[in-house]
Amino acid sequence: MSIEIKTATLEPVRNTFAHIERRFGDKPATRYQEATYDVASATNFHYRPLWQPDKLLQDASRTQLVMADWYAFRDPRQFYYGTYVQARAKMQEVAESNYAFFEKRNLARLLSDEQNAALIRFLVPLRHVEHTANLNNMYGTGLGMGTALTQAMLYDGMDRLGIAQYLSRIGLILDGNSGEALAQAKQHWMDDAVWQGMRALCEELMVTEDWFELLLAQDIVVDTLVYELVYKQWDAQLADNGAQDVAMLTEFMQDWWKDNQRWGDSVLKTAAAESADNTALMEQWISNWRGKAAEALAPLASEMLGEQALESAMAVLDKRLNKAGLFK
Amino acid sequence: MSTESKSGSSRSKVYIALQDNDESRYIIEAIEQDNPEATIIHMPAMVRVEAEGKLVVNRETVEEVMGRDWDIQELHLNLITLGGNVDEDDDCLTLEWNS
Amino acid sequence: MAKKLNIKDKYRLLTRDLDWEFSYQDRSKAFPYEAFEGIKITDWSKWEDPFRLTMDAYWKYQAEKEKKLYAIFDAFQQNNGHLNVSDPRYVNALKLFLTGVSPLEYQAYQGFAHVGRQFGGVGARVACQMQSLDELRHVQTQIHAISHYNKYFDGLQEYSHMHDRVWYLSVPKSFFNDARAAGPFEYMIAIGFSFEYVLTNLLFVPFMSGAAHNGDMATVTFGFSAQSDEARHMTLGLEVIKFLLEQHEDNVPIVQKWIDKWFWRGTRLLTIVAMMMDYMLPNKVMSWQEAWEVYFEEAGGALFKDLARYGITMPKYADIIEKEKEHISHQAWWTFYTHGHAAGFHTWIPTDEELDWLSEKYPNTFDKYYRPRWELAKKLEAKGERFYTSGLPMLCQTCQIPMLFTEMDNPGEISYRDHVHDGERYHFCSDGCHDIFVDEPEKYVQSWLPVHQIFQGNCGGPDVENILSDYYRMNLGADNLDMKGSPDEKRWKQWKGVA
Repeated sequence: MSIEIKTATLEPVRNTFAHIERRFGDKPATRYQEATYDVASATNFHYRPLWQPDKLLQDASRTQLVMADWYAFRDPRQFYYGTYVQARAKMQEVAESNYAFFEKRNLARLLSDEQNAALIRFLVPLRHVEHTANLNNMYGTGLGMGTALTQAMLYDGMDRLGIAQYLSRIGLILDGNSGEALAQAKQHWMDDAVWQGMRALCEELMVTEDWFELLLAQDIVVDTLVYELVYKQWDAQLADNGAQDVAMLTEFMQDWWKDNQRWGDSVLKTAAAESADNTALMEQWISNWRGKAAEALAPLASEMLGEQALESAMAVLDKRLNKAGLFK
Repeated sequence: MSTESKSGSSRSKVYIALQDNDESRYIIEAIEQDNPEATIIHMPAMVRVEAEGKLVVNRETVEEVMGRDWDIQELHLNLITLGGNVDEDDDCLTLEWNS
Repeated sequence: MAKKLNIKDKYRLLTRDLDWEFSYQDRSKAFPYEAFEGIKITDWSKWEDPFRLTMDAYWKYQAEKEKKLYAIFDAFQQNNGHLNVSDPRYVNALKLFLTGVSPLEYQAYQGFAHVGRQFGGVGARVACQMQSLDELRHVQTQIHAISHYNKYFDGLQEYSHMHDRVWYLSVPKSFFNDARAAGPFEYMIAIGFSFEYVLTNLLFVPFMSGAAHNGDMATVTFGFSAQSDEARHMTLGLEVIKFLLEQHEDNVPIVQKWIDKWFWRGTRLLTIVAMMMDYMLPNKVMSWQEAWEVYFEEAGGALFKDLARYGITMPKYADIIEKEKEHISHQAWWTFYTHGHAAGFHTWIPTDEELDWLSEKYPNTFDKYYRPRWELAKKLEAKGERFYTSGLPMLCQTCQIPMLFTEMDNPGEISYRDHVHDGERYHFCSDGCHDIFVDEPEKYVQSWLPVHQIFQGNCGGPDVENILSDYYRMNLGADNLDMKGSPDEKRWKQWKGVA
């Protein structure tokens, strides 16, 4: 089969979809743009949900935050499904070889009994915190507004499931696949006094109704403090005490946090820049959750790291908020 | 199309369909070896394998046919559809109707 | 050395034990929607994970699929793959797909995210979350596959705007709105089981084989790549129903009622697919009737035989559905042909060859009821009097399809049913749709019926032309009307160098 194609006649009729053209002009669009903007249904919903009859299926009033356009929340990473899974596949490949190396060389044997116990007490129970983060992000995915934001919450939620599973694997490495370390870690989570503040906080997050408030509480406030304390400060302490190999097992979490902050920062900036009302509302929410999170983490932070640890993590959070235009 | 055989008393059919590509050819060869009763139906861009009652994909057989390590979950890369109750473990994927 | 864990134990340890008993809050406030439907769950731990895919494996395998898929999209675009389709009429099937089906994938993404948050059992939640992510994949890869066609053909550019407004698109939209507005367990029976397990096979497998037969590489590739996720979804759907039926005997009648409702809803929705297969694919793969027999009667029959041990029976009206397979595609395409000025894609009279194919595939019905209409349409067209109907159709209150279906014992007579609720009379296309309404009238009186909305002045106007161009944003003269004489056809001839 051979067809004479005159290039002149193959000029496209249009460059992209009409809704993309209205936003970005008449030019070829990126895959992120076509996969994201105005994809969600916006009007003429047929039935009110039986589970929330006072709302529409898609309803902006499920949060108090007000945006003229929910698509203002552009993801700086420009993740749509394809770019998201490919980015994570690269990270998991590194993690897989790290875990394989750690297990093959049995590096767990180099940990002292004390360090081993500390990992089970402080690190492995975090899988329940990650599970909470998974649910809180799914909450916003299901009820939130605009694909730009909801897809990023879904990616965050699934990342947290992945991290919970990595943390569980650390437990299995420590107990030789018996599941004992996981059971012990769960015991700590349920009964150990250092964890009860965090557990109460997680349970409170899961009954919080405003999805944007929840996004700020979980993905900004709690995560900044937890990741700063555990994957930065505690990581440094482990390294100083000869347990630096553990970092091979938590590299995924560290890389993920770096990536995730880019998105989180842009969410904060965009929402705060929208209006003074939003800024005030966000500051009120954040102050409230900042106080609760500090109280919840205090016993854990001082037991893991000492008295100054929480204060310096709080400073990191405050700096981050400031940079986004909050509490100025 | 030659799939309209509604046999009255026999067991219900389970089936699996794979994309028609090189990797699938090895998998189908392995399925044929382990399920001599199965019928292979070639359709545009896909291959459908069906059998009465039960169909098994064995990791070991696929590995032998391919000459490399093969994870049972790799099946999902080429899978199009299936019918029957699924049981998946490290060594095999089984499709079965209980009736 | 540590002992080796098998996949089941490993998955259980990594995932299933993440949840805990609450001490500080009322757990039912964190999972508030589990009780109101009357479903009794006594023990979530009895949930069997259908596939034990951890996130790391998910990322790995899905990234591999995406890499392959986007390599093909790139090649397709760079090589003007749209020139390889069998016939420009084919692209109209894609128009219907992008405006009518892809937005449903989006609703599935939202729906599974919602239940993936709300179920109290961690195994079920995680499976639903992964499906949510897959569904997002499907809508996005469909947009990317069809993006290239949008550059060269009309009718695709406003797919999202049209989905929320256009009369026939309220059929698929309301179907999914209905499921999402239901409780989490009904959603799973509606979408996870009825739709995914039985009906999507009818949507994807024959349609994608059709794309392959019509030279549409981009669509075949996304279709089959999406189907590779579908196998997981089907298994989840089957696990859900078995789990509910095993949890408590009181669940059986509730589940049966949902099966009856959603199979009827689903078969009505698939009318569009029937029409695509029989009329819109220039190179045919199989008839709708044949597809129905393989994927519903044979596969679905085996499924219901398997479920009989729980006391579940074939969906209500299965006998009517069986008769309808010889009629619905013809009744639907005729309706679109005669309303072709108000459709966002082109319509046409089948070629003589195609009419012969239909006669052969539908020996009991086509020559008797449907061929004579097309022969008449041909005569009118030859005289330059291509026929368009001027009225707006009456819609069924439940499925929202125009009253186009006939009685099955008298295929010459349109089927009408009605019911008075709160002093108001509502109209239906069938006993199936009537019964669904009567069971939940408060829900279905809310239907956003496009024709009612037009008459109430909610869609602009006053003329149909204004509504089509302003409210629907159809590019009149380009998106609508007959394939013959359309800009699509003209461009195609130019590209191919034919007069």
